[in-house]
Amino acid sequence: MNVHMREDMSLHSMRADDGIAKGEELLKVDNISLSFGGVKAITDISFDIRKGEIRAIIGPNGAGKTSMLNVINGFYYPQEGTITFRGKRRRRVRPHETAREGIARTFQNIALFKGMSTLDNIMTGRITLQKRNMFWHGLWTGPAEREEIEHREAVERIIDFLEIEHIRKTPVGRLPYGLQKRVELGRALAAEPALLLLDEPMAGMNLEEKEDMSRFILDVNQQYGTTIALIEHDMGVVMDLSDRVVVLDYGKKIGDGTPDEVRNNQDVIDAYLGVPHEEA
Amino acid sequence: MSPAILNFIETCLNGLMAGVMYSLVALGFVLIFKASGIFNFAQGVMALFAALTLVGFQTGQVPFSHLINAIFGTDIHHWGGGMPTILAIVLAMGVMVLLAFLLERFVLKYLVNQEPIILFMATIGLAYFLEGLGDLMWGADIKRMDVGLPSGGSFWWEDLTRAWAPADADYYGMYIDTLDVSAAIIAAILVTGLTLFSQYTATGRALRAVADDHQAALSVGISLRRIWVIVWSLAGFVALVAGILWGAKSGVQFSLSLIALKALPVLILGGFTSIPGAIVGGLIIGVGEKLAEAYVGPLVGGAIENWFAYMLALAFLLFRPQGLYGEKIIERI
Repeated sequence: MNVHMREDMSLHSMRADDGIAKGEELLKVDNISLSFGGVKAITDISFDIRKGEIRAIIGPNGAGKTSMLNVINGFYYPQEGTITFRGKRRRRVRPHETAREGIARTFQNIALFKGMSTLDNIMTGRITLQKRNMFWHGLWTGPAEREEIEHREAVERIIDFLEIEHIRKTPVGRLPYGLQKRVELGRALAAEPALLLLDEPMAGMNLEEKEDMSRFILDVNQQYGTTIALIEHDMGVVMDLSDRVVVLDYGKKIGDGTPDEVRNNQDVIDAYLGVPHEEA
Repeated sequence: MSPAILNFIETCLNGLMAGVMYSLVALGFVLIFKASGIFNFAQGVMALFAALTLVGFQTGQVPFSHLINAIFGTDIHHWGGGMPTILAIVLAMGVMVLLAFLLERFVLKYLVNQEPIILFMATIGLAYFLEGLGDLMWGADIKRMDVGLPSGGSFWWEDLTRAWAPADADYYGMYIDTLDVSAAIIAAILVTGLTLFSQYTATGRALRAVADDHQAALSVGISLRRIWVIVWSLAGFVALVAGILWGAKSGVQFSLSLIALKALPVLILGGFTSIPGAIVGGLIIGVGEKLAEAYVGPLVGGAIENWFAYMLALAFLLFRPQGLYGEKIIERI
């Protein structure tokens, strides 16, 4: 009998295995259209995300990238189309339910709990994994306490991993921007997600911070096998990090493939990288 | 110590005790305001309703008996011997949780993302509804709340303090109501409990997370609807405690719902989003009121106590609108 061990049990121990092998389809977006009143944000977009890959979504400002992420995690309900996640097909879903199913995310403008410490922020990431109800929390002893300690250990491992031990007790509102981004990544990781959505994880960072963040993203992907979908503007970063890229423009998909394929796609060059002058 | 100083201390002590009672009401407001941005006008009525329900259970009243009698021509009012106080408290709490659940299910759910003023109007509606429901269920007569708390002046304290004044002074010791002391102790336990719960448990963390950022809370898998039921239940619990203590002090009567108005200046002082603020604000109002009554009152013919709190709140609005501990709102323009 072939007993397959997962790479690392320390971070990925609690979510039920979904039986999807690496490289198979984890999430599929089919013919999604989304509009706000008369404004079409997304028009008939389809693509897939395979287990274990880093999938980038790129496009100029207003292309519909963040809207797409919001559709995937349930903040927006698309008017048309379906999303299949781990074999479950759906149109409408609530954000706290997608979180429970294993989709974690970060935000473009950082949505941390500013008044809470780094530790508490990351602990909230584990809320979907904590099974004891409020009654036990009220009593605080016994099962609830054991559970709390167990989750605290997992959170400490994430804190070590992201090298943020020194700010463990600091209220995150006081942290510099780059560290806040890192804490937000930590909170998303704490949920042990099957799919991690990162909305511009490197926006506003300096070169050194960008290199750190790239390293963390690669480590998460390689060590823990977490599937990642990310939106990023820094082309160099996108091309280096991602396995496959989907390109949006004005709410439509104009390219999809490996970084090299996308780089040589004429539509993408025209729309996004700029139209080259024939004469020049 | 001279009697003048002792009188001052006595006034302050009584003010602190009264302040604790204000804090209790304000606390219910803060809990809901922090988590959902709703100013719950019905908090005072919730305290009244909880107290009515508790007394009703305790004395074995039949709910809606007036209605039943009017329709069927019967004459029922009590179903027998009542029940132990503890059981009545637990059941009354159960009713408050049920209320929170129904409120979420039939009102709040439909008002998500509405303007604060609309939610505020909804709570005014809730206040009238609950007042009517309380009347219909338990009748409008004034009831005695007796949950076994001690009451009356403390002779021990009176004797002790008499000895502090010079033997020849015209001084008879300080008066402190034992009911006020137990109220202060209960309030302290309640606040400590709530603080520990919100700081050190997963549910508490979820509550703080929702209070901080709704969108981020959703993204980590917190169900806002569930949290609202919990928050309103907690506010119901605080209302029950406030109802018990106020009821024990002045009887369970419908004017109890007006204590909500006393919480307003407390909130303006302490800030709408701060639990310590609600407590400190309540204490300042309590002490300020009693001191003003004792020392300024005689100069202007008394009855300062009724409006002093509002004056203080007005002064605060002029100089520190966010309150002592509230979050300063800085708008980006």
